[in-house]
Amino acid sequence: MELIYHTWSWYISGFIIGLIMLSLIYFGKYFGMSSNLRTLCSLAGAGKKVAFFSFDWKSQRWNLAVVAGAMLGGFVATHYLSDASNVSINPKTIAELQMMNIDAPQGKLMPDALFSKDVFESPKAILILIIGGILIGFGSRYAGGCTSGHAISGLSNLQLPSLKAVIGFFIGGLIMAHFILPLIV
Amino acid sequence: MKLVKFILVGFIFGIVLTKSEAVSWYRIYEMFQFQSFHMYGIIMVAVLTGIIGIQIIKKYNLKDYSGAPICIPDKESSTVRYLLGGVIFGLGWALVGSCPGPIFILIGAGFTTVILVLLGALIGTFIYGVLKDKLPH
Repeated sequence: MELIYHTWSWYISGFIIGLIMLSLIYFGKYFGMSSNLRTLCSLAGAGKKVAFFSFDWKSQRWNLAVVAGAMLGGFVATHYLSDASNVSINPKTIAELQMMNIDAPQGKLMPDALFSKDVFESPKAILILIIGGILIGFGSRYAGGCTSGHAISGLSNLQLPSLKAVIGFFIGGLIMAHFILPLIV
Repeated sequence: MKLVKFILVGFIFGIVLTKSEAVSWYRIYEMFQFQSFHMYGIIMVAVLTGIIGIQIIKKYNLKDYSGAPICIPDKESSTVRYLLGGVIFGLGWALVGSCPGPIFILIGAGFTTVILVLLGALIGTFIYGVLKDKLPH
């Protein structure tokens, strides 16, 4: 049981993620999470104003079902399969975060400094989360995919465009983590 | 129901991403600081599993569950959109520590503030839809 409650190893987790992608291919679909954002925009009626969202969102119901399952999985794993040993990151990372006033994990998935409910009372913290979301939503659609669509699905199919996108992900991520984040947090 | 298998695949996806902590802001930060192999290991093994699986599918012309041949379309070739879009995505990924999959998983797990990230992601997707024809691809 310990094996389930503790952090899952990278080799088992990576293997299962690979199988998830392959199982969606076997079911005649593909592994790509960011397309759901477009589907949700379409569902909300954006197709009436912008052609990009005018498509039959019902053809994407299967992917919304994956989302629903993922949300349920997140709930079950967080509430029933976790313990205090989780998220034991590098002590050096913890020390660096402390200098930026970001709390240590101690079993939590997310830092309170950025994600606790107090955020709703801080315009700056709200803005950080919304702007981060805008970059993710805009960037993934512009690049035609996110971590699942390019890094996992695309690289698995040896796609050069996906390699370019993943290189972009890391350039952007490194710039944010090393140069921008220390200035704004 | 036809959708049950997709809910089940999603369910396993949500559990694995949570239990591997790939949904954790901390793990993404640690990855971008090169202070842990964990996230790199996950991505590498997932891709390796995928490469082997897809090679087997192609070599033996495997069929999908309905008996139709499996055909995985190539990505359209270009550079600007992938690099530029990728960089913009990466900036957001490292800022809020979650990509589209984890956004949904974390909301399901009860992190209500991540709804703000989802809201932003929908706005960002909408902005792309509006600007699409004016952007270099």
